[in-house]
Amino acid sequence: MVDKIVVADLSIDYGGVHALRHVNLAIKDKEILGVIGPANSGKTSFLRALNRLNDLDLSCRMTGSIKLNGKDINRDMDAEEVRKKVTMVFALPIPLPMSIFDNVAYGPRRHGLNDKKKLKEIVEKSLRAAFLWDEVKDRLDSSGMKLSGGQQQRLCIARTLAVEPEVILYDEPCSGLDPISTAKVEEAMRELKIRYTQILVTNNVKQAARVGDRVAFFLMGELVEIDETRKLFTTPRDKRTNDYLTGRFG
Amino acid sequence: MRRFKEFIIEKIILLSGFACILFVILIFFFLAKDGLALFKFSSPWNFLFGTLWSPLSEPPQIGILPLFLGSLIVTIGAAVISVPLGMACAIFIAEIAPKWMREILKAGVELLAAIPSIVIGFIGMTMLSPIVKHIFHLPTGLTALTGSIALAFMAIPTMVSIMEDSISSVPRIYKEGSLALGATHWQTIYRVIIPAASSGIVAAIMLGIGRVIGETMAVMMLTGNASVMPHTILAPVRTMTATIAAEMGETVRGSEHYFALFAIGLVLFGITFLINFLADMARHRKNK
Amino acid sequence: MKFKPQTKQKIAFILLGIAASIVIIPVILILAILIQRGLPAISWQFLTEMPRMGMRAGGIFPAIVGTLCLVFCAISVALPLGVLTAVYLVEYAKRNWWTRMIEIAIVNLAGVPSVVYGLFGLGLFVIFFQFGSSILAGALTLAIMELPVIITSSKEALMSVPRSFREASLALGVSRWQTIRHVVLPNALPGILTGAILGISRTAGETAPILFTVAAFYLPRLPKSIFDQCMALPYHLYVLSTQVPNVKPALQYGTALVLVGMVFLLNLVAIIVRARIRSKKQW
Repeated sequence: MVDKIVVADLSIDYGGVHALRHVNLAIKDKEILGVIGPANSGKTSFLRALNRLNDLDLSCRMTGSIKLNGKDINRDMDAEEVRKKVTMVFALPIPLPMSIFDNVAYGPRRHGLNDKKKLKEIVEKSLRAAFLWDEVKDRLDSSGMKLSGGQQQRLCIARTLAVEPEVILYDEPCSGLDPISTAKVEEAMRELKIRYTQILVTNNVKQAARVGDRVAFFLMGELVEIDETRKLFTTPRDKRTNDYLTGRFG
Repeated sequence: MRRFKEFIIEKIILLSGFACILFVILIFFFLAKDGLALFKFSSPWNFLFGTLWSPLSEPPQIGILPLFLGSLIVTIGAAVISVPLGMACAIFIAEIAPKWMREILKAGVELLAAIPSIVIGFIGMTMLSPIVKHIFHLPTGLTALTGSIALAFMAIPTMVSIMEDSISSVPRIYKEGSLALGATHWQTIYRVIIPAASSGIVAAIMLGIGRVIGETMAVMMLTGNASVMPHTILAPVRTMTATIAAEMGETVRGSEHYFALFAIGLVLFGITFLINFLADMARHRKNK
Repeated sequence: MKFKPQTKQKIAFILLGIAASIVIIPVILILAILIQRGLPAISWQFLTEMPRMGMRAGGIFPAIVGTLCLVFCAISVALPLGVLTAVYLVEYAKRNWWTRMIEIAIVNLAGVPSVVYGLFGLGLFVIFFQFGSSILAGALTLAIMELPVIITSSKEALMSVPRSFREASLALGVSRWQTIRHVVLPNALPGILTGAILGISRTAGETAPILFTVAAFYLPRLPKSIFDQCMALPYHLYVLSTQVPNVKPALQYGTALVLVGMVFLLNLVAIIVRARIRSKKQW
C-alpha cells in the first residue's frame, strides 16, 4: 500500500513546553490508525499538526516535516488546502448553530459551491455515509443543536465528508457519547474505510483495538511503538506499551 | 479573485485596528497645534500659574489657575461624595442584596448612567440649587458644591459597575475559606473581599474621577461660572471644561483667547490621558 | 464601645443599604419630576411643530429631527469601524506591544472629555477639512467619541462565540475571513447590536461635542443635507434653560422628557435584545 502521510522527525513545543519529540511514522492510504496513550502524551498535538490547526496557537513551535501525498503541508501547501484534504472531527460534537442541512452544506458553500441541486446531493450523500440520513431526513431544516449527542457527532462527520477530504482525523470522538452512540460512530468509521484514510486518537484502548488496522502508542511526547493492532495488543515490543495496556499507568 | 478579496478585507481590518491609535494622535495633534500657538503671546508659566482669567480685557489675562482650582475643588467634592456611596452601593449589590433587589438596583444604576448630562444639569438647576441655597443661606445656589453633588451622581454608575465586577470576580473560595473559619459575612467582606478586589476598586475610582474632570454641561449649568480664585466650596467657581464650552462660541478664530481655549483642552487631554492610563494599568495588574 | 461581630454586621449592612438607596432614589425622583412636569407639555403639536416666538412657543420638531440625523450618521460611521477594530483585536491581533498600544488608545478615547472632542471636531472637521459647522462634522465627532463603546461591546460579543466554532469551521479548510464572516459575526450580531444601541443612546444625549461642530441656536427649519447645521435636543434644552429668558418651565421639562424618553427607549431596546440573546442562546 502507498503511504498517504509521512511524518519525519516531528517535534512540537508550546511556549517552551515539549509536547512531541522526534516522531517518525508513515500512515498508509485508506487505513485506520488508532493513536493511544495517556493524557499529555502528545497525541492530540500530533493530530492537530496533521491539519495545521496548531497554527492557531501562537506559542506553538514545530520542527520536522509532514508530507501529504509527497507534498510538505507546511511549505508546499497553504493551511486551507491542507485542512480541506485533512479534516478533523473533535472530541465534543460541535454542530454550528444552524440547521442540519446548512451544517453539512457549510463546507462546500464556503468553497464556492452555490448550486442548490448539487448541494442537496452532497448533503444526502454525506448524511448517508455518516449513518444519519434515515434519522434526520424529515427535519433537515431544524437546528443541528437539537440532535442527541451521538447524532451531533455523526452530523459533524457528515460535515467533514461533505468537503470530500482524503484524510479524516478524529480527536477522541466518542468521549462524550454513550455506548450505543459510540457503536454507531464506530460503524460509520469502518464503512468509511473504503474511501478515506482515518486517524483516530482515543483514550479508550479497546476502541482502538476495535476499529484500528494499526495502532500507535504515544508516551510523554514520544512515539513508543506502532504496529498492527493484533501484534501490538498481543506481543508489544516495548515494555512501556505492555505496562500501559495492562493498566500499570495511564 | 476570492483570495484577493479576502486579502483586501484583511488589510482593511488591520487598518481599522490602527484607527484608534490614529485618532488619539490626531486629537493630540489638533489640540497641540492651536494650543501651543498660545505661547507666541504668553509664557507657559503665566498660562499655568496666572491667577487671573480675563481673556476679553485689554491686554487679555490668560491664567488658568482659577479654572484649574475650580475643576479641582469640584472634583474633590464629587469624589468625597461618590467614592463612599459608590463603594457601599457596589458592595451592597454584589454581596448583600437578594437577587430580585440586585436586579432592580443594577437597572437603577444603569438608568442613572443613561441620563444625559444636560438633563442632570437642568434638574440640578431647578431642583438642587434652590435646596443648596436655602440650607446654607447663600446668595446663589449655583456653587462648587452644587456641581459636586450632581457630578458625584454621574460618576457613581461608572464606579459601581466596575467595582461590582471586580468584587464579583473575587474567587468564591476566598470567601468560603473565611466563612468556614467562623468570620461573619461583614468581616469577610472588609477583611478578605475588598482587599482582594482592591486594584479593580482603585481603577473604578480613577475612571469615575476621570469622568468627573471631563464633565462639561452639568458643571457649566451648576457651578455659577465665576472665574475667580475659589476660597470655599460654597462659592461659585468655573471649571476648565465649562470655560471651553462657554467661551468658544464668542472667540475670534486665531485670537489669543481662541488658542488659550485649545491650550486648556490640551491640559485636560493630558490629565485624563494620565488618569485613564494609570487606571488601565491598575486593572491589568489584577489580571496577571 | 465594643459590639459583638453580629451586631456590627447588622449595623454595617443597614448603612450599606441606606447608601444604595441614596444612589437609587434620585433616579426615581428625577424621572418622577420630569414626567410630572413634562408630560402636560407634550402633545402632537409639540413634537411636530417648529419653535416659534424665539423658542418661547411652538414645538421641538427640528431638534428631534436634528438629533436623529446626527445619531444615525454617527452610528453608520462608528459601527463598521468599531466592529472591524474588534474583529482585528479578537481574531487577528497577536499579544504584542502593538496590540497593547491599540488597547491603551481605546481606553484613552473613552476617557477624553466630551468638550475636548468638541475642540477636536472643530479643529479637524470644521476648519481643517472645511466641512464648516455641519451635520457631517458633528456626526464624525460623535462617531469617534462612541467608537470605544462599540469596540468594547463588539469585542465582548465576538469573544463570547465559542472557540470551538472557529476550529470546526477552520478544520474544514474554510479560510479565516470566511469563518469570521459566516460563523463568528452572525453569532455575535445580537451582542454587537446591543452595543450599537447603547452607543446611539449615549450620543443622543451629548451636548458638548456638538456645541462648536454642528448645533444651531435657533433654526426653525429642517436640514437639507449633511452640510447643513441643525438643532439638536440636548443643545435645545441647554438653550431653553440658560440662554433664553422667560421660557415657560413646561416647555423646558417637555424637552427634557422627550430627550430622556428617547434615551431610555433605546436603552430598553438594548436590554430586551440582550435578554433575548441570553434566553435563545443555544450553546
